[in-house]
Amino acid sequence: MNNWVLICVLLMLMALAYQFGLARSRSVAGQGAARMHSRPGYYGLLVALWCGLPALAVFLLWTLFEPGIIRSVVLNQLPPDLAGLQGNELEVLLRRIEQIASGFGVSDQPAAFELAAAERMRSLQNTGRLAMIASMAVLCVAGLVWTLRRIDPQLRARNQVESVFQALLVISSTIAILTTIGIVLSMVGEALHFFRFVNPAEFFFGTVWNPRFSTTGAADQGQFGLLPLLWGTLMVSIIALLVAVPAGLMTAVYMAEYAPAWLRAVAKPVIEVLAGVPTIVYGFFALITVGPFFSVLGQTVGIDIRATSALTAGVVMGIMIIPFVSSLSDDIITQVPRAMRDGSLGLGATKSETVRKVVLPAALPGIVGAFLLAASRAIGETMIVVLAAGNSPILHANPFEAVSTVTVTIVNQLTGDTDFASPQSLVAFALGLTLFVITLSLNIVALYIVRKYREQYE
Amino acid sequence: MEDTVMRATLVNAEKFVGVANGALKMAARDVRVFYGESEALHGVDLDIYENEVLAFIGPSGCGKSTFLRCLNRMNDTIDGCRVTGRIELDGEDIYDRSLDVVLLRARVGMVFQKPNPFPKSIYENIAYGPRLHGLASGRAELDDIVERSLQRAGLWEEVKDRLEQPGTGLSGGQQQRLCIARAIAVSPEVILMDEPCSALDPIATAKVEQLITELSETYTIVIVTHNMQQAARVSRRTAFFHLGNLVEVDDTTKIFTSPSDGRTEDYITGRFG
Ligand SMILES: Nc1ncnc2c1ncn2[C@@H]1O[C@H](COP(=O)(O)OP(=O)(O)OP(=O)(O)O)[C@@H](O)[C@H]1O
Ligand SMILES: [Mg+2]
Repeated sequence: MNNWVLICVLLMLMALAYQFGLARSRSVAGQGAARMHSRPGYYGLLVALWCGLPALAVFLLWTLFEPGIIRSVVLNQLPPDLAGLQGNELEVLLRRIEQIASGFGVSDQPAAFELAAAERMRSLQNTGRLAMIASMAVLCVAGLVWTLRRIDPQLRARNQVESVFQALLVISSTIAILTTIGIVLSMVGEALHFFRFVNPAEFFFGTVWNPRFSTTGAADQGQFGLLPLLWGTLMVSIIALLVAVPAGLMTAVYMAEYAPAWLRAVAKPVIEVLAGVPTIVYGFFALITVGPFFSVLGQTVGIDIRATSALTAGVVMGIMIIPFVSSLSDDIITQVPRAMRDGSLGLGATKSETVRKVVLPAALPGIVGAFLLAASRAIGETMIVVLAAGNSPILHANPFEAVSTVTVTIVNQLTGDTDFASPQSLVAFALGLTLFVITLSLNIVALYIVRKYREQYE
Repeated sequence: MEDTVMRATLVNAEKFVGVANGALKMAARDVRVFYGESEALHGVDLDIYENEVLAFIGPSGCGKSTFLRCLNRMNDTIDGCRVTGRIELDGEDIYDRSLDVVLLRARVGMVFQKPNPFPKSIYENIAYGPRLHGLASGRAELDDIVERSLQRAGLWEEVKDRLEQPGTGLSGGQQQRLCIARAIAVSPEVILMDEPCSALDPIATAKVEQLITELSETYTIVIVTHNMQQAARVSRRTAFFHLGNLVEVDDTTKIFTSPSDGRTEDYITGRFG
């Protein structure tokens, strides 16, 4: 029986259990003198949950741990001369055995001991599977019967169902949080690894980025100065914000204050669709349209503008985050109470005076928060800069020249042949961690400001 | 049946005129207001005289605020709201195309139900209007306007040492007086107040009521209230609205002692509303 079938059967059993619970609670209610504590549906749900959840838990734990256990059993029974196998070779051997066991087979002729091991593995798997299904069935029935018998007017089915749902929600959010923590920890681990090769001071304050290739030998491992990349990121982000902030803010003001209802109903979704355009498409747009345009423009006014430059990447990235800025600011501007506008209009202010002198100042903290969120978005953006910034990690202040950013460098260091023991690859983790810390702090500050602003009017 | 009663009162509209002795300040004739398709006011005729306090009373949703907002065209700011009929200020049609709404609102100021100071300093709150209309030529003159307005609103003593602090930090009653001071600062001729005391405690209410009485020496004041005692205390004339109609308007004492319409009597004696 395949896993999906198993789950489906379980779900059907739960539906059945629900009906049983419903029927049982009705009959109890029919004969009993006391009033039932909860509505029949809750008894049904409770029975269904007790029938399904324990079995489901067994299923999950089993599928999680069974392969490991079987592997170690099989390993223990391998011929003694193979006991010394380590690392990769062991991994390869196990994979071969697994493939033979699954009936998939291997390309060459398997050795006798491999066939024997595969046979053992298959039988273990079969027994394990049967045992699992059996225990699930037992739990199912036990849960069903036990809960059905507990149904009586005093049983607080509603409260119990409520706590089960609460537990499910807590588990889901815990998973999300644990994943984040896991990501951070693994990055920290690898970054520390990197700092065994390169002095942190050299990394954080170095002005030259020239990592060499790992193949050129360990004697000269190159220079890993973060500053040129950080500067590139900063320059591109600033250009992006210079484009996005005025345009986004004015869009938001128009949408929130001036646009008639029908136009808002049409334009807001359109703007939000812009936010859904994949960034690679913007990258293309930058590379093919905007870059050449700037370069031609530069020629006509007599400035040397590279087609792939900080300017190109920044401007296109700015266009990309306009919807982000505008929809966030729009929300915040519409949150400014109507009473505030009425007060100003009632004093004889025009609409634009009201917007400039009352609405925007009142919304300012929230708007600043929106800008910071947009900035952290720009700093973390990758695809556009990969394509359009020119990838030249050199410290200079000319926005018309090519630059490189932290994100682009991470991509560069991790594409192609990577050897995760060399500083050339490990540096990606240090860079990622730096980026993570920067955007995280920007986000925290932004959320703090936005929240503070919300409190003001609630 | 009710319709005929209503028509009868409208025919007698002339009797509203002439009860007061000041000069005519504002006059409304056959004012109808539509929110989208639905008509919220069904033809209101009303005269407002200089330096009087006129109270609007009536059950919730009868159109008091709607009519009040017509008087300085605040209804323009509501999507889908349409006003027909004629409203004059000193003989000039305020809905005329050539009229500048901004100037109208400077002449007919408004105080709202909930105190709504701007999130700025107390000083900036008052200075806001005068700055907009260029009423002060220098800082000293502006300071002077701010001080005089706060004094007139009876708030000066309480805030003179904290003018730079945010207006939102004041108590509710102080905020409402700040809003009144803000309205006074642009030297309007008429001040419209929509339930200005409904968010205040009795003491703050008493202060605002006293303020209204004082202000009526200089300004024409129209006040919406749900509090009959308040109407009786502050107003010289009272208008009773019901279901989008102006049922009757007369001297406050007359309205509260011997109203000429049965609906007014029912409302005042608490039989509905
Ligand atoms: N913005 C609006 N959009 C649609 N209908 C409105 C709007 N404002 C008021 N109305 C309707 O117009 C009618 C009169 O409302 P108005 O606010 O003038 O009543 P009111 O007498 O001030 O009531 P209250 O004493 O509760 O303040 C009501 O039926 C109301 O539903
Ligand atoms: Mg009202």
